Amino acid sequence: MKSLAWVLLIVMVGSTVTGDLLQSMEMKRHGEVCFSNGRLAAAFSALFRNAYIALAILFMAISFFSFLKLLTVADLSFAVPASAGSFVLETILAKLLLKEQINLRRWAGAALVACGVALLAL
Amino acid sequence: MSPGSKPTERLTFKTRLVTLIVILSQALGNWSLAWGMKHDAPHMALSPIAVLRTIFSPWVGLGIVLLILWLLSRMALLSWADLSYVLPVTSLGYVISAILGKYFFAEEVSVARWAGIALVVAGTALVGRTERNTTQTPGAVESSV
Repeated sequence: MKSLAWVLLIVMVGSTVTGDLLQSMEMKRHGEVCFSNGRLAAAFSALFRNAYIALAILFMAISFFSFLKLLTVADLSFAVPASAGSFVLETILAKLLLKEQINLRRWAGAALVACGVALLAL
Repeated sequence: MSPGSKPTERLTFKTRLVTLIVILSQALGNWSLAWGMKHDAPHMALSPIAVLRTIFSPWVGLGIVLLILWLLSRMALLSWADLSYVLPVTSLGYVISAILGKYFFAEEVSVARWAGIALVVAGTALVGRTERNTTQTPGAVESSV
């Protein structure tokens, strides 16, 4: 495996995890988004002016473009399972940083999904 | 759902609806992008005009609109559901992508892939039956669909 592929993978996983954690943190802080008339657009326009949300979207963009670049130097069957790995890391960090309570059933489900996504790429 | 129904029931309905939007917008958005790139712009040059023309071509444009919808619906879902709930549950999108790939791009779906699909569905069913929010959200009091 080329070293460039590993660098891209680390950038991709790192930015996915950072972007998702920031987004989840800010949306939790915002509270439930309401779908009632006229207030949805106002809620989102305020959210997009939130620096953490903007940063989260920037990280999502970095993740997207490093994934595209990764596909040019590595196989899809390497790239997709590797990105499914970020999923397990995110679950651990959601527990540690976002203080989510993850019971056995959720751990088991997350592990099954991660294995399933890895198999999908074969 | 009427505003008078119990908050938990209302949120269950809203969670299912928005989860469905997140899953479908991502799967159909990616499919639409892939279809557009294969059919409308197989040899896209890296000039700004060529890129713009591709972005506004019907299938690629639709894909971008759907992925914007994906971003917005996912943000909304994360506002009342845990990240560790949203991630596995929305992974059903991978399954839909695999099936769309099979029927519309005539991609081969191997036994390993079907096994993967089964694992993702099983995992999603498990996580879907856990509490969707285990942290307190300050804004959660204010609510109407």
